[in-house]
Amino acid sequence: MSDTYDLIVIGGGPGGYVAAIRGAQLGLKTACVEMRETLGGTCLNVGCIPSKALLESSHYYFRAKHEFASHGISFSELSFNLAEMIKRKNEVVSGMTGGVEFLFKKNKVTWLKGMGSIVKPGLVKVTAKDGTAVDYVGKNIMIATGSEPIAIPSAPFDHQLICDSTDALNWSSVPKHLVVVGGGVIGLEMASIWSRLGAKVTVLEALDKILGPMDRGISTALQKILEKEGITFELSTLLESTKIKGSSVGLTAKKDGKTVEFEADKVLVAVGRRPYTERLGLLDLGVELDARGRVKIDTHFKTNVPGIYAIGDAVQGPMLAHKAEEEGIAASEGIAGKAGHVNYEAIPGVVYTWPEVASVGATEEELKAKDVKYKKGQFNFRANGRAKAMGDSEGFVKVLADEKTDRLLGVHIIGPNASELIGEVAIAFEFGASAEDLARAVHAHPTLTEAIKEASLGVDGRMIHS
Amino acid sequence: MPVEVKVPSVGESIKEGMIGTWRKASGDLVQRDEVLLDLETDKASVEIVAEVSGKLEILAKVGQVVKIGEVIANIDPSASMPAQTPTAAKESNAASTAKEADNGPAVRRMAAETGIDPNTLEGSGKDQRVTKGDMIHAQEKAATSPQTSKASPAQSSSAQSAPKGKNEPSAPVELPKLSGSAREDSRKPMSMMRRRIAERLVQSQNTAAILTTFNELDMTAVTELRKRYADKFQEKYNIKLGFMGFFIKAAVDALQTYPEINAFIDGNDVIYHNYCDFSVAVSTEKGLLTPVIRDCDKMSIAGIELAIAAMAKKARDNKISIDDLTGGTFTISNGGIFGSLMSTPIINPPQTAILGMHKTMLRPIVMPDGKIEARPMMYLALSYDHRMVDGKEAVQFLVRIKENLEDPARLLLGV
Repeated sequence: MSDTYDLIVIGGGPGGYVAAIRGAQLGLKTACVEMRETLGGTCLNVGCIPSKALLESSHYYFRAKHEFASHGISFSELSFNLAEMIKRKNEVVSGMTGGVEFLFKKNKVTWLKGMGSIVKPGLVKVTAKDGTAVDYVGKNIMIATGSEPIAIPSAPFDHQLICDSTDALNWSSVPKHLVVVGGGVIGLEMASIWSRLGAKVTVLEALDKILGPMDRGISTALQKILEKEGITFELSTLLESTKIKGSSVGLTAKKDGKTVEFEADKVLVAVGRRPYTERLGLLDLGVELDARGRVKIDTHFKTNVPGIYAIGDAVQGPMLAHKAEEEGIAASEGIAGKAGHVNYEAIPGVVYTWPEVASVGATEEELKAKDVKYKKGQFNFRANGRAKAMGDSEGFVKVLADEKTDRLLGVHIIGPNASELIGEVAIAFEFGASAEDLARAVHAHPTLTEAIKEASLGVDGRMIHS
Repeated sequence: MPVEVKVPSVGESIKEGMIGTWRKASGDLVQRDEVLLDLETDKASVEIVAEVSGKLEILAKVGQVVKIGEVIANIDPSASMPAQTPTAAKESNAASTAKEADNGPAVRRMAAETGIDPNTLEGSGKDQRVTKGDMIHAQEKAATSPQTSKASPAQSSSAQSAPKGKNEPSAPVELPKLSGSAREDSRKPMSMMRRRIAERLVQSQNTAAILTTFNELDMTAVTELRKRYADKFQEKYNIKLGFMGFFIKAAVDALQTYPEINAFIDGNDVIYHNYCDFSVAVSTEKGLLTPVIRDCDKMSIAGIELAIAAMAKKARDNKISIDDLTGGTFTISNGGIFGSLMSTPIINPPQTAILGMHKTMLRPIVMPDGKIEARPMMYLALSYDHRMVDGKEAVQFLVRIKENLEDPARLLLGV
């Protein structure tokens, strides 16, 4: 037996570390259990941040190679050093994870290094790498253990040839032919990195569109643009088996009832992630899980066992760092007796391809399925001055609003810096704004944000520049 | 310092009212004595005027029930009145209060265009902010409710306060149209007055032991008398000689003969009145009103006719005051003007009885000599509180009225 805490958060990812800091801010004696050598979880170590570092580096290279000439910039030789790119990426990551450690110290959050499991309500066991275990009393326990890549039997990870996204952030050479299994967010971001750096990339997707839950118009547009850049898409294609032949992998898949074969020197399996809750000891505690292994919670993030909370990828909802962060904050506020709340209607989703994809709210398909009557405004970046000046005018903004009340129902952007553009939209959603509200807000000229204003005007059929 | 606009005391028995229509919108600059709103009470609609000039901030919504003394708006006298030009009025709207600035641009646009004050709505947005959808719903509601101000703030305020517009009947209620393919039901709140009428009628039915006795009245004598003196009467009093004067005079005599019918029950006591104040039921656009014609026992028929005419004009002009409606010891209701042949009126509490007049029509009557004649006949109904009077008195009371009217000379002689 050791120290007693008001709150022990298990997991130091964006959900967990933010929850811990917020708990400490509110006067709770807080500890955070993390077994990695660094804080920040998947997001900072092997997810959002390192992938963005490599996406940025590869994008610079791609632009230099394909686009600088159109700006009148020429050079005699262009090359890149992959080792340097990876090193820079690692520096970015260590800077970020070190930052979280500093924040823990600043806010007096104790980092309990090791793997956390719940012995019983109120008691957390932390097992260090060397096997020594210490029990800590935590009046409140928050599960923030996140998720891990799903492994599929048809392509078992060997982490050399058949890899997960973590491996794909550290390859020492550019694959000749990369087959990405899964046309979701992670698959497309990784495909983009390695395609820009020269790999031939083929994406196998079981569904008939990429970016599963995203608006179909956006998915189609992105696919076309990425195809132009050299990525091949095999839709409605289900991987059946893989066979390692020396230094390459043979893949067999079914497409439209026919067998198709691929040969790759690297395979990235990115078919999704699943909650990482197995080693917590939840079954013995009687903590209820749903059919997909996610911890069941109520609206206050409480599990069915008193004193045990859960947030982030370990529970239902989109597996997004910012969703986990907001839940962590709301859960800690709830534990501290405050009114924490997450507005699930206003969570932006972003894909960091180029052009980027970002959206908030419902897709057209969802609205049609629910029989919601809506109006639509769509504005192409082709007609946006800033996008033209940037030489980056592919994509569009689509605004969907309630036919009667004009309330925003969904905004979908594919275009340059869509990830940053979506911010104003998320705020508008948070305030229950109408399309007219967006349209009437003054947008600086010339900026990409004007496309959002124009598409909002378009909801009422009064676009100025189209 | 803003000056509070409180619900004034509008009558002795009035404790609360409902905001009927705001004639002004929040942010409007109002002049002293300008009408701010119509307050609906259970008895009448009352205009409430500004006590000072300044900028109005509305706190109570249309349809909200407010107590006497409750603060329903503020007027900031430090804001001065601009020139009465449309542009100036527009600018004054743009210089909105801090609370208005919280509203999104679409809400502000709709507020300016529709005159609907977002601050009077319940917001569905974050922290109860009003959304465009809330405004659209309010606008739709306003379109189906006669109680919403149609005045646009873009109008100059002089136009709004012009007396001409004041007493215009409320916009007709848009009822579901049958010609369309969709069948629909619409719901709107009962007016304060209707609610009060409903409440009082049910209260009456529940407390009094109401019973109705009928009789028939041969109108030949009164009709002839009226015909004979119509011109002379008109010439002398400048008022038409109607039937109501005769009926009230006949009833006064009957009430004096049977004073219980002119009395009230109050707990275990009976309150007798040495005067006869007649509540005369008048149908108005807003509902049934019963203004009181006082001291009918001391008035001539001409005096009664003049008093009724004055009251009817007030009712038409929507100028009936609470005092005009309070009191009354006995009620006469004439359903005949709508064609009713027979009815059982409901007592107006705390009164003891109500006389129902009906349509006069020629009917075959067997005369004392056995011959059948066509005579102008009217059924009379007297609903009375059996707790107070027995059937004998009530029947005799009604017979007395009948006799007085069939032979008006009895009124003269007091026999």
